[in-house]
Amino acid sequence: MERRTGRERGFGWRLLPLAILAIILLVRPASALDDGDCLGCHNDPDMTSEKNGEEISLFVDEAQFAASSHASNGCTSCHTDAKVKGDEHPVPLKSVNCGKCHADVESIYRKSLHGQALAKNDPFAPYCHDCHGKHDILPASSQKSRIFILNVPATCGRCHREGSAMTKTHDIPAKNIIENYSMSMHGEGLTRKGLTVTAVCSSCHTSHNVQPHTNPESSISRQNVSKTCMKCHANIEQTHVKIVRGELWEKEPEKVPACVECHAPHKARRVLYEDSMNNAYCLNCHANPELKKIEADGSERSLFMDMSRFEASVHAEKRIACVKCHVNMDHTKNPVCQGSGKVDCAICHAGQTDNYNASIHGQLAAKGDRNAPLCTDCHGKHEVQARTNPESPTFARNVPELCGKCHREGEKAALRYTGPEKDIVRHYKESIHGKGLAESGLMVSATCTSCHTAHLILPEKDPQSTVNRANVLNTCATCHLGIAETFKTSIHSELVSKTDKKLPLCHDCHTSHAIRRVDVPAFRLLILEECGTCHASETETYFDTYHGKASLLSGGEKTAKCSDCHGDHDILPAYYTKSRLSRQNVVETCRTCHPNSNRKFTGYLTHATHHDKEKYPYLYYTFWAMSSLLIGTFAFFGVHTLFWIPRSFRERFKRRRQHSHERFFE
Amino acid sequence: MSTPNQEYVQRFGLLPRFLHFLVIVSFLTLAVTGMALKFAAEEWAGAVAELFGSFEVLGNLHRFCAVITFTYFGLNLFLLWQNWQKSGKSFIGFILDPEGLVPSAHDVKELVSTYKWFLGLGPQPRYGRWTYWEKFDYMAVFWGVAVIGSTGLCLWFPETFTQIIPGYWLNIATIIHSDEALLASGFIFTIHFFNTHLRPEKFPMDPVIFTGTVPLDELIHERPREYDQLVASGQLEQVKCPPAPRWLFVTAHFFGLTALTIGVALVLSIIYTMIFVYAK
Repeated sequence: MERRTGRERGFGWRLLPLAILAIILLVRPASALDDGDCLGCHNDPDMTSEKNGEEISLFVDEAQFAASSHASNGCTSCHTDAKVKGDEHPVPLKSVNCGKCHADVESIYRKSLHGQALAKNDPFAPYCHDCHGKHDILPASSQKSRIFILNVPATCGRCHREGSAMTKTHDIPAKNIIENYSMSMHGEGLTRKGLTVTAVCSSCHTSHNVQPHTNPESSISRQNVSKTCMKCHANIEQTHVKIVRGELWEKEPEKVPACVECHAPHKARRVLYEDSMNNAYCLNCHANPELKKIEADGSERSLFMDMSRFEASVHAEKRIACVKCHVNMDHTKNPVCQGSGKVDCAICHAGQTDNYNASIHGQLAAKGDRNAPLCTDCHGKHEVQARTNPESPTFARNVPELCGKCHREGEKAALRYTGPEKDIVRHYKESIHGKGLAESGLMVSATCTSCHTAHLILPEKDPQSTVNRANVLNTCATCHLGIAETFKTSIHSELVSKTDKKLPLCHDCHTSHAIRRVDVPAFRLLILEECGTCHASETETYFDTYHGKASLLSGGEKTAKCSDCHGDHDILPAYYTKSRLSRQNVVETCRTCHPNSNRKFTGYLTHATHHDKEKYPYLYYTFWAMSSLLIGTFAFFGVHTLFWIPRSFRERFKRRRQHSHERFFE
Repeated sequence: MSTPNQEYVQRFGLLPRFLHFLVIVSFLTLAVTGMALKFAAEEWAGAVAELFGSFEVLGNLHRFCAVITFTYFGLNLFLLWQNWQKSGKSFIGFILDPEGLVPSAHDVKELVSTYKWFLGLGPQPRYGRWTYWEKFDYMAVFWGVAVIGSTGLCLWFPETFTQIIPGYWLNIATIIHSDEALLASGFIFTIHFFNTHLRPEKFPMDPVIFTGTVPLDELIHERPREYDQLVASGQLEQVKCPPAPRWLFVTAHFFGLTALTIGVALVLSIIYTMIFVYAK
């Protein structure tokens, strides 16, 4: 008790300065603006006036006004024409011009859809007070304000609610806006979860600059809608990089679907399509087998969509809706897909498309070449399959046939090709790669795309081409890495040989398409030819010795070929210690075929010729000695025979005469 | 063709005829298989290899016939030893016997008189058992087998031989082997064939090396000195014999002409190659 008494006693003294201040504040406005004069009349709830034949209330709720944002401004700061000397102000008063204080906002409003409607004397055109209120105007932060975030849908909905007088008299393409909104993620967040950070009408449409989406300046136009969404969903691009290549957002935003194309406006939910423009919607028309389009030239094109083809596709598997590819749907058009244009695969497959555009296929297509293949020529359209699907035309095993459609001999790509590679599809199929793929079923076998790439296909002459001389070693090395590394240490590598001469690359020896196993006769015999293109004299002299001569006969693939002695990818001149023909290694090298090879045995001249007097005098003179013997013998007996022939004839006739003579006398 | 009333004498015994048969079979095979390798770049050589299967088959046949060659070389030495024993002469005397197979000064005289005869400047020389060209044939084979055989062995067993000889000698051996073989086959298939079989007097062939018998008329006409010697030594009656049976005669012609054809075909291939390919 005592304690309480003590507190009460001291309380009045401490509040005294506050009480004085409150009195000053309460008294001051009344005296300054003289609102008491206005309220003297207008606080009568029955005070009415007539405007355009309608009775309107002129009552001002004093308490409400006192609580409003404008309470301190005084009546005449808005009703400027009421500020007169004397009791009577003009009747009726003019409409209040908010722009007097809020000039910037008003100018925006005037340009908006609402402002323009007002200018056209649209009776439904909202003015400031329709949303903000009149004498009860409150800041947006006040929970009682009509423009407090939780109240915005209701405020807008007064006009935009389905079935309202406004919606009945105005053609607004979006329907059931308020209803849809309330069921959307945004609406749910607002009304069920009480989130004050969720989007309301004005978040997207803006408060004062409300524009139709057809206006490019509009916050909800196709160009701007992403930006608008990103006011809240700031990093949404990154979420979508999985589907849309990031750089497209900046470089080619028109290729990126606008947010609302997937997340329908007002209906934005996590479930994207089923609730908006789903496949069933498209199939309303496109399931009809009779559906046709008449082209400009009068020809007909079926627009029938057989969903059974699509259902097995990879796009169906990934639940890609029609509108994901067939973008540019326009709700203002009927049908919505009218003039939506061609499908651009780059929307999702930007990297592949960039490569394609840079490729010879893409270059030709850009020139309008009708032979050039488009995405769909290889991948198919609605039935598109992942390349991991054995049914897909891009499945490794099917690639040679796919490319063969144009590149097989006699087909359009082969007809325009003038290079040295002929009959490539057949050669490929007979090659180790082709057989590996088709016969051994090895999915690691190289197909067309392994060397030429799938999308960045370029002619061999192009320095960027994977099969250009500058790149071919690396291309082969994607599979044959070990070989490539060995090759780089060989004399044929530019890393070892500093020469201006053309050094051989993989395909110079192995060919491009007819690549064979190196142990088959055809390849072993090919080696001689391939090495011979640069090492002509060595090849010629090789054919003067046993290995070479036997090579030329049936079964000759078994004798030693260039690579058997010199090595293949590790080839080095004999003066390199590592060479198979170096003094250290040559006996061992010969032993691969001649198990009893010895040091002297390796002295056999494998490239000897008796035509070279300087290099091989022993052979040269032996040859000429033997030839002289041969020529001498034949000269001697040749002459002998020549003289004998006439004599022999004569002898034969003589004996025949003798015989007939004897027979005659017998 | 023989006529029943003709008299015949035995010129070759069974062993020499068998040796010649071995020579024909092995030499033809060696020549065909060897030349196919020597002229491997030619189409006909490829066809030969195809026919036999592969170059390895050619090689194996070549080495098999080399064994036959060494065999007949040995048998010939045996035959010579036998004849030497029979002759009762000294070794040198046997070798240098003017009626033997080793050429002598007399052969030079005979060569000169033969040329005179060819030119119509003298009568036909009175040839003995062996004419100088027959002696050459014999000596050529003898020498040829030694040269080609020894070099061939080097090439057959190069790892073994290079224990002794330097490696590049194999290259020399190759040249000697193949050029000597070229000479041998060229000679046999042209000169020997002409001298013995194809010349108009004998055309198409002389079957004596297969039948062993020769008509007495022919002996008197072609080898009068041998006839005289046989008469003088009283051996004529010993060598007289019945004509060869008809089957042998026919077989001899069939076999002989086949061998001739193969030989001529091969030599024509070689000549074609030499002229049209090497001359380029």
